[in-house]
Amino acid sequence: MSVQAYTLIFVGLSFSLYLGIAWWSRVRDTRGFYVAGQGVPAAANGMATAADWMSAASFLSMAGLISTMGYAGGVYLLGWTGGFVLLALLLAPYLRKFGHYTVPDFVGDRYDSQFARLVAVICALFVSFTYVAGQMRGVGVVFSRFLDVEIHVGVIIGMAIVFIYATLGGMKGITWTQVAQYWVLITAFVVPAVAISIKLTGQPVPQVGLGAELLPEVAGAAGVPLLTRLNEVMTELGFGSYTDAFVGAWDRWNVLLVALSLMVGTAGLPHVIVRFYTVKNVQAARWSGFWALLFIALLYVTAPATAAFARYFMLSTLNDRPAAELPTWFQNWEKTGLILWVDDGDGRMRFSAGEDNEIFRAGAIPSGELAAILVSHDRWLASGGADGTDARGVLRERGLSGPDRDIIVLATPEMAELADWIIAFVAAGGLAAALSTASGLLLVISSSVAHDLYYRILKPGASEQQRLLVGRAAIGVAVVIAGIFGIYPPGFVSEVVAFAFGLAAASFFPAIVLGIFNKRVSTVPAVTGMIVGITFTAWYILRCSILKEAPLTFGIFPSPINPQGIGAVGMALNFIITLGLTPFFPPPREGVQKMVDAVREPEDAAAALSVEDAPEH
Amino acid sequence: MTPPTLSPEAAKRLAESKRRYWRSNLIIMSVLLLIWAAAGFGCAVWFAEALNEFTLPGTAFPLGFWFAHLGAIVVFVIVVLVYCIAMNRLDRYHRTEMDGILASAGREGGR
Repeated sequence: MSVQAYTLIFVGLSFSLYLGIAWWSRVRDTRGFYVAGQGVPAAANGMATAADWMSAASFLSMAGLISTMGYAGGVYLLGWTGGFVLLALLLAPYLRKFGHYTVPDFVGDRYDSQFARLVAVICALFVSFTYVAGQMRGVGVVFSRFLDVEIHVGVIIGMAIVFIYATLGGMKGITWTQVAQYWVLITAFVVPAVAISIKLTGQPVPQVGLGAELLPEVAGAAGVPLLTRLNEVMTELGFGSYTDAFVGAWDRWNVLLVALSLMVGTAGLPHVIVRFYTVKNVQAARWSGFWALLFIALLYVTAPATAAFARYFMLSTLNDRPAAELPTWFQNWEKTGLILWVDDGDGRMRFSAGEDNEIFRAGAIPSGELAAILVSHDRWLASGGADGTDARGVLRERGLSGPDRDIIVLATPEMAELADWIIAFVAAGGLAAALSTASGLLLVISSSVAHDLYYRILKPGASEQQRLLVGRAAIGVAVVIAGIFGIYPPGFVSEVVAFAFGLAAASFFPAIVLGIFNKRVSTVPAVTGMIVGITFTAWYILRCSILKEAPLTFGIFPSPINPQGIGAVGMALNFIITLGLTPFFPPPREGVQKMVDAVREPEDAAAALSVEDAPEH
Repeated sequence: MTPPTLSPEAAKRLAESKRRYWRSNLIIMSVLLLIWAAAGFGCAVWFAEALNEFTLPGTAFPLGFWFAHLGAIVVFVIVVLVYCIAMNRLDRYHRTEMDGILASAGREGGR
């Protein structure tokens, strides 16, 4: 059977499983729709949170990023796991005790202000839409490579599936589907890593294999550790060592700030926070934080192994390869434009960091323009440099050296020449990762519109039926918008994702943490802090990514700050302003102070106002 | 539900118990966050260059690189596990203490 046939079988089976679960867990009330009836067991919620969290970016792009960045790629590993420590220790138990449905609910009630609620709703919508666009794109990429359909057909199939199970089952359907999706995606990620680890080092545990010696038949000599060989090859080709800390722009402060921003941003992302509302009590919220991190860590400790293995294969299978012996995986991916070979005339591939590099990607260049560049390159070759232009120089100037990072995870099993069914299974895993995150985000969008905006701000008297209808309609509209973003991706997706983390870090995180741990903080300081944090972060990211101005040092840091790390500075600014203004404003009214007391006290039955008894619900 | 007949003395003991609970909570949290920062920012970033001079015994991992790619994540998982066990135990202890205060207050109230 071919890879395509296997892919069809795996994708078909996993999609029917998701739809079956959705039918079994359909819901009829808003409590089921938003928080799954608050009856999800902690371990199941942990798996669902893990699937919710691990997006197409974690599954498809992260190992690719680490593979290119080496040590500095650790910022993603640290940031996207360390954030769960903050979430579990500082937010989850208290928000569960608070017990309402959404993050804007907490911000609005704690700071006793509709304006604060509105700011929170806008942030939640912005962050979620940014994220969901990337997921739909991931679905399209997987479909187009493995099932030979156009990207937009893939996106539409994905949209239809998510729409059905999200509207039918709400949070309950999404939770149980995510549990299934977790197992599909983690197996699909770990199995190839194990197979490659055995192939390279004879070690079945990829994390051990990463630090072990290569098999003598692979290395050509006995006793050569994988990392040592990788460092030698990379230094020789001009990339710089894989394991050395602080290479190039990634100095100590930048690594620190980016890791911190991603951590705090993670802890402030609404689609992750709401998961802790779905369990039955505070103790279960704590345990589900642990399970979530454990299940996430399984993928995040495998990713560095996959990344290093992929780097090794990429450099050793491409360099010096004659045109007649191109590897099959290269030919498969060349069709997608995600990897290109521009020969210098010697008929042998060279992948390096220097001017002699011949491996590129098409990036956002339209196919017509790319063809013209390549024709001009052929003329340049034929005329010995007298006519035409060297395409290598053109592509290098546009920053398109090296293959697209998104193919690393999907192509590595092919590079390692693993069995066809494993390759197909990885495709199903990528889809599971993208769909599970998309559905979680769509629910946040739906609850922000139907609950926070429609019910809490516009029409407080709305009936249960009306709210459920608006919630389902909001998912429908959100799916369509997300699909359009997936088919016509805005050219700035990666900058926008940095934006999402930066905003979450600079707005939600300080507001919620101070709301719980400082009873004295009242409306005006908190809202001012949020607005300054958001404005500062947005300004810096926009000026660096859209206006392309050089990053700044602010006279404090030894080197210019990467826009991905600015969220940490925005967060610090928010904390400083909120706490600095607090003494000049009166403390919050007594009702709010009682609420904070109740949130801090997990065992006090008197204050434990559960959702269904709370007057406003 | 706090009984309306709670004597001032019992109410004081109840408030005292809650205050103690919150303090223990903050101590557990601070210690664990310190470990989180030491692993995630100390070993994995700030001292990574110095730690890279050593290798993890029995492997080829430079130590700083190992912390940034694997070690810190393992520490994070353990930190959250310890938090769950310690806090849920503290919760149970606090519950028993409050039940005791309420029960004795109930007897004093002649119920």
